Parts: sequence; structure tokens; C-alpha cells
Amino acid sequence: MQKIKLGYYPGCSLEGSSREYNESVQAIAEKLGIELVSIPDWNCCGATAAHNLNKELSLSLPARNLALAEEAGLKELVVPCAACYSRFTTTQHELMHDETMHQKVNGIIGKEYKGNLRILNVIQFIEEFIIDKLDDNIKFEFNKKVACYYGCLLVRPNKILNFDRTEDPQTMDVVMKKLGADSIDWAYKTECCGAGFSVSFTEAVGRLSGKIVEDADHRGAEALIVACPMCHSNLDMRRPEIDKYNGKKLNIPVLYITQAIGLALGIDRNILGLQRHFVTVKLNDFKPFAKKIEVENLQITEEI
Amino acid sequence: MSEFEPKIVAFVCNWCTYAGADLTGTSRIKYSANVRIVRFPCTGRIDYMLLTKAFASGADGIIVSGCHPNDCHYTSGNFYARRRWMVFKKICDFMGIDTRRIVFSWVSAAEGGKWAEIVNSTNEEIKKLGPYESYHKLSTQDILA
Amino acid sequence: MARIGVFICHCGENISATVDCPKVSEVAAKFPGVVYSIDYKYMCSDPGQSMVVNAIKEHKLTGVVVSACSPRMHEPTFRRACAEAGLNPYLCEMANIREHCSWVHEKGDKTDQKAIDVVRMMVEKVKRNNALMSIKVPVTKTALVIGGGVAGIQAALDIANAGHKVIMVERDPSIGGHMSQLSETFPTLDCSQCILTPRMVEVAQNPNIKLYTYAEVESVEGFVGNFTVKIRKKAKSVDETVCNGCGLCTTKCPNKKIPNEFELGMGKRPAIYVPFPQAVPNIPVIDKINCTYYKTGKCKICEKVCQAKAIRFDQEDEIIEVAVGAIAICTGFDVKKTDFFPEYGYGKYKDIIDGLQFERMASASGPTSGEMRRPSDGQTPKKIVFVACAGSRDPAKGIEYCSKICCMYTAKHAMLYKHKVHDGTAYVFYMDIRAAGKNYDEFTRRGIEEDGAKYIRGRVSKIYERDGKLIVVGADTLMNAETVEIEADMVVLATAGVANPGAEELAQKLHVSYDQHKFFSEAHPKLKPVETNTAGIYLAGACQAPKDIPESVAAASGVAGKISCLFANNELTREPLIAFVDRTAPPEYSSCTGCFLCQPVCPYNAIEREDVKDRNGNLIKQLAYINPGLCQGCGTCVAVCKSKSIDIDGYTNSQMYYEVDALLNS
Repeated sequence: MQKIKLGYYPGCSLEGSSREYNESVQAIAEKLGIELVSIPDWNCCGATAAHNLNKELSLSLPARNLALAEEAGLKELVVPCAACYSRFTTTQHELMHDETMHQKVNGIIGKEYKGNLRILNVIQFIEEFIIDKLDDNIKFEFNKKVACYYGCLLVRPNKILNFDRTEDPQTMDVVMKKLGADSIDWAYKTECCGAGFSVSFTEAVGRLSGKIVEDADHRGAEALIVACPMCHSNLDMRRPEIDKYNGKKLNIPVLYITQAIGLALGIDRNILGLQRHFVTVKLNDFKPFAKKIEVENLQITEEI
Repeated sequence: MSEFEPKIVAFVCNWCTYAGADLTGTSRIKYSANVRIVRFPCTGRIDYMLLTKAFASGADGIIVSGCHPNDCHYTSGNFYARRRWMVFKKICDFMGIDTRRIVFSWVSAAEGGKWAEIVNSTNEEIKKLGPYESYHKLSTQDILA
Repeated sequence: MARIGVFICHCGENISATVDCPKVSEVAAKFPGVVYSIDYKYMCSDPGQSMVVNAIKEHKLTGVVVSACSPRMHEPTFRRACAEAGLNPYLCEMANIREHCSWVHEKGDKTDQKAIDVVRMMVEKVKRNNALMSIKVPVTKTALVIGGGVAGIQAALDIANAGHKVIMVERDPSIGGHMSQLSETFPTLDCSQCILTPRMVEVAQNPNIKLYTYAEVESVEGFVGNFTVKIRKKAKSVDETVCNGCGLCTTKCPNKKIPNEFELGMGKRPAIYVPFPQAVPNIPVIDKINCTYYKTGKCKICEKVCQAKAIRFDQEDEIIEVAVGAIAICTGFDVKKTDFFPEYGYGKYKDIIDGLQFERMASASGPTSGEMRRPSDGQTPKKIVFVACAGSRDPAKGIEYCSKICCMYTAKHAMLYKHKVHDGTAYVFYMDIRAAGKNYDEFTRRGIEEDGAKYIRGRVSKIYERDGKLIVVGADTLMNAETVEIEADMVVLATAGVANPGAEELAQKLHVSYDQHKFFSEAHPKLKPVETNTAGIYLAGACQAPKDIPESVAAASGVAGKISCLFANNELTREPLIAFVDRTAPPEYSSCTGCFLCQPVCPYNAIEREDVKDRNGNLIKQLAYINPGLCQGCGTCVAVCKSKSIDIDGYTNSQMYYEVDALLNS
């Protein structure tokens, strides 16, 4: 079988505070025969500071990365970080719909971005390249009750991303069900976690993330599943503030969806980086995978 | 030299597009003054010889617009207009008239904004294409020489 | 020689602010054939019209161009003025320099040039206009009323009481419409059924009204005064002439678990049913999709118990053809269902209902006999939240307009709830309280001040369920935009009023226009609010836009008045702008070659074959002949005619060619 080769943009989070996200994406890709090729000489995507300060800068930073990826002959670009993904897709949309700006940005970066790249977030990546291979490779059933948390950037703005539905998204739930998990219906799927205030105003993070963690725990979820490094760091690292807001200690762990897939594939926990989490990830008594799980494919389109 | 201002002739039906253009007026939506509207009872009435005539008389661009499919005041006139357009387009191509100079569209009586958009986009497109001169060049050439 | 007069209107400042009217007049005076040209402040005013009349007489004009607003606005006005002066009215044309020029372009040379060009076009056209005589057609003095809601009922009764015949077509098994579903009506809180059912019975008993229920309009042909309408009478599987309405069949039907449409799914009904006890006519229909006999071929219990022997399983749809002179569209509206709202759970929470469902719940004849019981477990809701503007005034939802009735009915709902659950709390989230109308604002104030409904100004961002409660998350914009969370037992969404699902299809059958929301369009928003653009077809009620009961009734009476005026004439005059075959040469030498390509394209079957015979009666050739009684003047035949033998008055080939030529060869 020919190895699938995809472009890959890790971004700063995945090199730093969310190393385990990077590790788990790489681990499952390798396991399933997919080669992720990092963009040579990639730079910062600009999130979240640039687009508050300077429009040209906020478009030029991602545009340079996109142009480099195009130059490297890549057709698809996997962008696991939700903030990077948002900046990349927004940039592509703006440049393709505003010729003047497109020319201007081309001038700034000294390269020409043609706009032929398909930008995929981690869920789109899983849907397109991973999910079909799961049946033959799953070793353990992820037999846990989970709450999938999408956060703000993954599905918004729908007009640009054209991915999943803004309210009550379903794509992560479908993947988790496929792994054998019981993915619950809950209230805070797309609520803000307070990422922007992660450093400057941790009390707000405590309140916003606190509600998220509490609702998931209240409904009996055994793990929160995320696909964004900011979501993860807030829900995981800010647990003291969260517990303070809720007035009780909650032990529900937070997993990247790629880590969950990795566990089901039987990849070593340390390779997936589970030991790096602040909230201990216990989850171990998985059942061996017995039979293929059929998941009803929900109509995942925006109604409007 | 001043900028090229194209002459655009719009052939429209009375019930949808003419009324839609009236609505553009009542809504005070501005659009290019390069368009002249010719009113017909129905797009079905529009003899495409008139389009040829318009080009021969010096039009740079043409808009043909009527009711949306199924909304024709006379049931089916717009379908015949569309069918004729499919044929006429090929003839234009054959005759060397750039088919981008003719815009075929549906604008209902409720689409005042759409009318302005179509006029403006056609105006821009024709500006890019430049004046339509091939017919006049042909007629002024000394063929006998 | 043509002697054309040109009259340029300033329309106050509507035209003159952008177009240099005196200059246009000056230039127009030099056009070949123009003998008189003048500009004036208001051409449509009395003195303005007199100017036209006097100029025609004084200068012996043979044609008139009024350069003013759209011909759709004032063409009849100026044609009348011409007729007054003794000039054939069809020798008058209008150049549209307002809607198509002054209102849409900036002041400047280009705009002036456009106005001049448009006038030149019309001058060249009017030179070639023919004097025409209007056509007289008879009037069929029967009206068709489509829809049997309160608007249809009012229109039908008023027309019938004026002494004319009425045919009413209703899609459902009973007339009554949405009004029959309502519990009580604002601002008086009188019971909806109590005031409506006597009117429904009146319709059934009026000898001038022929009622077809469970029927739909299949097709419409013809024109004002002379429509031919085909009505599809859907098979009721019950012989209406025999059934005595005892209702035994409905009690014996074994399949009683079908969601009741009249109760909006909150109650159940059998497969043979009357929608509600006061239905008119009180004759059941069999729902073929759910009937056990139609599904399995076995059962027929209704037939066995029917003492009148009225059940007809072999009944088929019937097409009835009727001739009518006028049509009133009264097809009403619909409301968005709760599944339209992703932020409120896509309709997955049973205790979130829409306003119409609440009406049924509050109605004494409804599924809960008027008691407040939430759908999920039948408990009395102690905390209830009403969300106004659910979908309305929300461009993100594609519904920019105000649904108009929700403010009032939400206030009514809150009051009804408080009257039934004294210790309960009613919250209302709202954007603005729009209570314009007689005694309307007083009514909403009463709801707040006397009945204690708690109004919160702000929108609800989401609703979710937790531990059996619905958590309503909203903002209170009068309290510093604080987030408000209410743990409610039930939520009522005042969902947007939208066009009936079949509206677009009906509009296409009737050839009337509709707006982007599929509501039918009136001919003029102010001066022709109940007419459509198609003569003889009128609009009443919420099929035009969301309307409350008094407005719908007023419009319906307006329509009845219009139709009665129409029926006061024995004959109508029709515009003579129709197609004709060239017969200027001796008849046998008409350029028509008899190819009859024109025949299949004519939507009105107006083109016939005419035999041309010699003196001895031998056939020389066949020509096309256009029946002037049937031709509606679309002109499609003109464009397909290979030998250019067909032309159409008002838009003749010569007129159109010269028009195009004039506008380009300045």
C-alpha cells in the first residue's frame, strides 16, 4: 500500500505546552501508515494577538505558511491546533474573496499563495484518513462515557469553515462512538473556556471552564474529549481555579481525541503523552475490541 | 483620455425584472448609469435579432432578464427565452461576438438589490472587455479594395 | 408627419434633484418629430394633466411622451388624460426617469444623458404606436375563495351577501384555519371558537356559497372576469351526501394513535376523523396513509358500524372545473417549528413548544382540556419561559422581518398561564414590545402589572436540559447585559410566522408574484394592498405577511369590496396589447407560411388555423389566426415567427427596433 503523505503544521502550542497533542497525532498517523510532512521553515500563525492589532499582519503570517506548503507541493494541510486552523482558514477565505488584499499580502510575504491547499483540522483529518482504517486496527474498545468538547474555534464561523454545525456539533461524537464510547448529550459543547484569559485573568477561566467541567462530570462523563490545545490547557491545567469555582474537587480527565484513538489502537500511554497531564488519566480497564461498531451518520449540516 | 463608459442595453420583461428595477429605484439603491432599459411584455417576446441589432448599433454589452423559472406571468415565456439563448449563444460565438458581453439572468419583482448587482457587475465586466468594435471595423473596411 | 409632445416631470424634487429637467426638455424639443416639449413640477397633478390635454389640442399632437415615473405607476393616468383630449390613449408612452434614473444614479452629466436617451427612445417608439381600441370581455359573476380561514370566511360571506356566487376551496377537512386552533384572542380574551364557529356555520348554510373542503386548486387559466379553475377534490372515502355526521366511525376506528395535526401532534386521532368537534362540514375523512384497510386490505370496521352506509373505500380524487370572474387568495400562514432552532435543542426537548401548541394546551377543547400540563410528564409547569422573536427579526435565520403577532400573543399566553397556574411564574424574554393597535398596549401592560408576568429585555442564547429542568440562558440588557439563567419547567417559543409551505406552488399556478419569503406580493404596498399584479386576483390575510385577526378580516372585507365592484359591471375592458398575424396584403398573400411554430409556444392556445379559400371554395393555404379573446399578449409567438408575420400591438417589431436604434445612435 502506498503511504499517504500529508502536509502538517504543528504550530507553537504543539511544540510547547501541548507536546502530547503533537505526539499523539504523530503516533496514530504513523500507526496507520500516514506520513505527516511539516512545512519547511514554518512561522507563527499569529493567533491570537495579530488579528486584534493589524489585519495585514494577521493575514500575512498564515499566508506565508500556506505559500510555503504550496511550494513544497503539498495538497492537504493538517492543522491540529484549533486557533491555527481558524487563522489559516480565515486567511484563505479572505484572500480568495478579496483580490486587492490577496495581491497586497503576496507582496508582503514575497511569495504567491494560489489558494489550492485544503486545510484540515484534526477531526476532518480523522474523518477523511483515519476512520476507515479504525475497524481493522482497533485493539481496545473505549468503553467509557465521554463528553466531547468542541470549544469556540473548531466549528465557527460556519460561513468560512463550512464544517459541522455551529450549535450541537456532532463530528467528534461520531468518532468517539466509533471507538465504542458512550458519547453524551450535554450543554457546554461549544461554550467558551476562557482561553484568551488563560494567563491574565485566571478567575474568569475558573468560572467559564468550571461550568464546562462541572456539567460533564454531573452528567456522569468519565472523560472530556477535546481537539484544541487551549481548551486542553484550560480544562486540565487550570483545575485548581475550576475546583475553587465549583467548590468541589473534580477528577474527570481531559484527553485529546487523538489520545483516545491512540488508546483504542493500543499505543503505549507514554508515547501518547498521557503522563504529561495535570489531571491523572486513570482510564485503563478497556475491553478488547470484539466487533465492528456501526455509527449512525448524523446529518451534520448547518440548517441555515 | 477619459475612462471607457460602456453602453449597456437591458432587455427586460414587464412583470418581474422591470418591476424589480422599479424596486431598486424605490429602495434608492445606486447603480451604474451606463444601462438603458427596454421594456417587453415577456422575455418570450424578445427576438434575438434585436440583440444583434443592438450590437450593430453600437452596444457594448447586453442584459436579458426576466422572471425566474416557473414564475413567468405568461407561464412559459421565460423558458422559450432561455432555450433561444442557448442557441443564440452558439451563434454569437460563431459570429465572433464575445458571449461575455451578454448576461442572461432572472430578476424577480422582489429583487431590487440583485438588479443593481447585475448592472454593476456587467458594467465592470464590459469595462474590462473594452468597447465592442468588431462589427464597425467590418463595416468600415474597404472590402472591395 | 408625427407631431410629438414631450412632458418632463420634476416629481417635486424626486427627479429634478438629480436630473436637469429643463435641459432634458430643451434637448428633447430638437428631436425629429417633436413639436412641443416642456418640463413641470408635478405632471400627474391636475394642472400637469391639463397641460397635456391643452397641448394635445393646441399643437394637434399625434403622440405623447410623459417622462416621469414608472409606467407601472402612472401610465393609466396619462392615457386617460390623452383620451380626454381626444387622442387615442395608446398613443401615449412613458419614459421612466425616476425609478430607473433619478433614484438610482448620482447627479451629473451621465445621468442627464441617460434621461435624454430614454426620452429619445420613447419618442421614436411612440411615433410608431398604433391607435388601439380596448377590448370588451364579459364577467363571470362568481368568485373563488382559496382558503377557509378567518380571512377566507369573511371574504366569502361578504361577497355572498352582496348577492354573488362564491366557491370556497379549503385544503383541510374543515374550514376554520388557524383561528379555530386558538384558545382565546387578544386584546379582549374572548374565546376564539365562540366567535368563529357561528361564522363557519354561516358559510356552510349560505345558499350563495359552494364549499369544497379537502380540496385544492389544481390549475388556473384565463384572465380577469373569465378564469377557468380546476379543483381537485381529494377522496374523503366518505360519501358527503349520505353521511349524517354521527361520528360513530371515529369512535370505533381501531387505529387511534395517529398524531393529531389540529392539536399539532400533542393529541391523537383515529384514521377516520373530523379534525375537531365543531368542524364544518361535520363529515369525517379517512386518512389513507394510516388507515388499516388501505395499508393491509383488512379492517373496514367503519363501514360495518356506519348506519348511513356512507363509507366509500373506492372513492377517487375528483377534478371539478369551474368558471369564476375573480379569485381571492386567503391561504394564511404557518409557524416555524421548534426543530428550526439549533440553539434551543433542534426540537429534541419535549417541553419546548411553539406558540400554536401552547394555544392548544390553553384551549378548553385541547388535548389537556385547557390545563397547563407539560408534554414530557404531564406535570403542571411552575416556571414557564416565553421567548419572543424566536427566529423573527434575525437575519442569521433568514427571517429579517417582524412576525408582528408574537408580542401580543406572548402577552396573552403569559396572562392565560397566570390565570390557570396562580402560584406559577411566567418569564418573557423580548427584544421590544410591539403592541401598536387599539387597546393593545393596555393589554400588555395588564399582563405585566396585574398578572405579574416578568418581562426580561434580552435574547435567549441557548436552552438545555439538566436534571429534568430546562435551563434557559439569556441576557438582561436592562441590567447591564447580565447573564440570566432560569430553571424552567416549560418553554414556549414565539416562533416566526412564515409563508404556507404550498404558497410558492400556488403563486406559480396563479401567476402572481411573491417575495423572497414566499409571501404573496401586493400590487402596491400602500395604495393597492389587497390586489395582486394580476388583474382579478386579490389577497387577504396572513398569506401576504403575518397579520392578526382584525387585520385579516379588514383585508378580507376589502377584497370582497373590490370583487363586488368588479362584479358590478357586465363587461370589462381589456388592454388591447395583443398579437396579430399580418394581413395588410390581400388575405391570401399574408406573409404567414403556415408553419405553425407559433402554435405550441402559445400558453393560451390562442393560435388557430385559418383556411384561405379561393372564390370556388378551394383551399389555397392555411394561415395562423390569433384569437383576440384568448391572447394575453406575451409575444412569445412574435419571437418564434420565422417569416416575421406576427406582431404584437404595443411592442411591435418596428417600435422595438427603432427604440433600440434611437438609444444607441445619439
